[in-house]
Amino acid sequence: MLDLKGVNAGYGSFQALFDISLNVKAGEAVAVIGPNGAGKTTLMRVISGMTEPFSGEMEMEGKSLSSFPPHQIVELGIAHVPENRRLFPGMSVEDNLKLGAFAKTARSDSAKNLEFVYELFPRMKERRSQLAGTMSGGEQQMCAIGRAIMSGPKLLLMDEPSAGLAPVVVQQVFSLVRRIREEGYTVLIVEQNVQQVLQVVDRAYLLEAGQLIDSGKSKDLLESDSVRKAYMGL
Amino acid sequence: MDEIFDIFLLEAIINGILFGGVLALLSLGLNLIFGVVDVVWICYAELVMFGMYTVYWLAGVYDINIFIAALGAIALVSVLGWLVHVLIISPILGTAPINQLLATGGLLFFLQSVATLMFSIEFRNLGLRLPILEFSEMYFSYARLLAFGVALVGMVVVYLFLTRTYIGAAIRAISQDREIMVLMGVNAKKIYWVTASIGGGLAGLAACLLVLQYDVHPFVGISFGPITFIICVLGGLGNMIGGFIAAFILSIIISIGGLYSEIEWGYVFAFAFFIVMMFIRPQGLLGKK
Ligand SMILES: Nc1ncnc2c1ncn2[C@@H]1O[C@H](COP(=O)(O)OP(=O)(O)O)[C@@H](O)[C@H]1O
Ligand SMILES: [Mg+2]
Repeated sequence: MLDLKGVNAGYGSFQALFDISLNVKAGEAVAVIGPNGAGKTTLMRVISGMTEPFSGEMEMEGKSLSSFPPHQIVELGIAHVPENRRLFPGMSVEDNLKLGAFAKTARSDSAKNLEFVYELFPRMKERRSQLAGTMSGGEQQMCAIGRAIMSGPKLLLMDEPSAGLAPVVVQQVFSLVRRIREEGYTVLIVEQNVQQVLQVVDRAYLLEAGQLIDSGKSKDLLESDSVRKAYMGL
Repeated sequence: MDEIFDIFLLEAIINGILFGGVLALLSLGLNLIFGVVDVVWICYAELVMFGMYTVYWLAGVYDINIFIAALGAIALVSVLGWLVHVLIISPILGTAPINQLLATGGLLFFLQSVATLMFSIEFRNLGLRLPILEFSEMYFSYARLLAFGVALVGMVVVYLFLTRTYIGAAIRAISQDREIMVLMGVNAKKIYWVTASIGGGLAGLAACLLVLQYDVHPFVGISFGPITFIICVLGGLGNMIGGFIAAFILSIIISIGGLYSEIEWGYVFAFAFFIVMMFIRPQGLLGKK
C-alpha cells in the first residue's frame, strides 16, 4: 500500500532522515520505534505532505506522492494523527471532526463517518459542542483520531498517540489502536512505548539518528536482546 | 426640561447604535482578513472609497438602478480585495510583519492618489434625500436605519457562512493552527483568496451603505479607516465578536459625545476611552493573553 524508497528529508540545511526505505501492506499495522530526535515525526510529516522530502520515492497504492500537492495527499487515503494531537482548541469537537472531512473525497461520506466516530467514541458524541481545547488529554487524542477517520482513510499515520497520557489512558489508547485495526484500517504508528506497541503491530522498524537500522516481526523484536536492552530497559 | 434631555440622550444612543452597524461590518471584514492571513490591511477604508465611487458613478451619473449599482460595487471591491491579496500580500507573506504594514500603508496612498487623478478632489454625492423618520419626538434618518439593517443582515450571512460551511470552518480554523491545515486537505492559498474576497465584499457593502449618507471624495477613507482599526484593536485584533461589541461601544460614545458638543468631540471621547482601555486590557476586550 505505502512504499518509500531512498527518502531523504529534513529542515532547511539540516537533514533528519537518511535513505529511508520502508513499506506497509494493506491491512498491516507497522510501528516505527526509536529514541527522541531519531526522525520519527519527520518521517510521518514527509508521508502526509507536511514536510517536503529532499529526494526519494514515495508511493501510495502505486501513485507517486510527489505528483500531488500536499493538501491532496489526504485524498489518496492517508490520514495523519499528528504529534501532540494538534486539535483546533478554540473550536468544538464537532467542528474539529467536520474539518477532518474537508477533502472533497470525504464529504459525501461525512455523515456515515461521523456516526462511526461517535460509535467508536461515545464520549465524543457527549462532548460534541465542547471546545476541543478544554478536554482531557485522552479525550483530545480520541478527537484527533476521530478527525483523521473523518477523511475516510485507508492508511492511518499515528504519531505517538500515547504521549503525555496517564497510564490508564495509555492502555485505552492501545486497545483503541487494536480496535482500529479490526475495523480494517492499515496503520503506521510511531511510539516510544515500545513494549506495548509491539503487542499491537505486526512488524516494526527501528529508526536511529535518521536511519533505519533494523526491522522485523513484532514477536522476534520482542524477543531480541538488543531491542530489549535499548528500548525496554530490560 | 429633564424629560427633553432624556429623549435627546435616548436619540443619541439609538443613533449611535445605528451608526455602529456599518462600523461593525467594516471591523468584521478587517478582523476576518487579519484572523486568516495575519495581515492588517491599512488600506481597507480606501477600498470602501472605491466602492462609494462605483455606486456614485453607476447610480448617480449613469442612472443605473441603485440595487444593480450596489451589487456592482460589492463585486468590484471584492475583486479589488482579491487583487490586494494576490498582488501585494501574497508575495511578501513569509517576510517580516513590518513589510506587510508598509505595503498596505503604501497602497493606501497609492489608492488615494489614483482616486484623486481619476475623480479629482471634489466632494460628490448621490443627491438622494431619504426621508427622516420621526418616532415619539426622536428623529432618525432612513439612510441610517437602512444601513443598520443591511449591515446586520450582512453580518448574519457571514456568520452563517463561517459556521455552516466547510470553507467557513477552515477559515475559523486556519488562525488556530496554520501548519496542520494541509492534513485536513485544505489548500491555504484558496482560503486566503476566499477570505480576501469576502473582506473586499464587506468593504463594498459598507461602501453602498455609507454613500447613502456621506459625500465621497478621495480622502473619505480617513473618516472610517482609523476608527475601524481602533474598533478591531479594542475588541481584540482578529476577534470578530469582540469587534462587534467594540463597534457599538465606540459608536455610542461618539454619538453621546456629539450630543454635548460637536461630533468631533465624540471622536475625542472615543479615542480617549480607547487609550484608557488599552492600559486596562491591552489585549482588547475579548482578546487572549
Ligand atoms: N521544524 C524543525 N526544524 C528544524 N529541525 C527540526 C524540526 N523538527 C525536528 N527537527 C530536528 O529533526 C530531528 C528529528 O526530529 P523528529 O522527527 O521530531 O524526531 P522524533 O519524532 O523521532 O523525536 C531532530 O534532531 C530535531 O531536532
Ligand atoms: Mg516525534
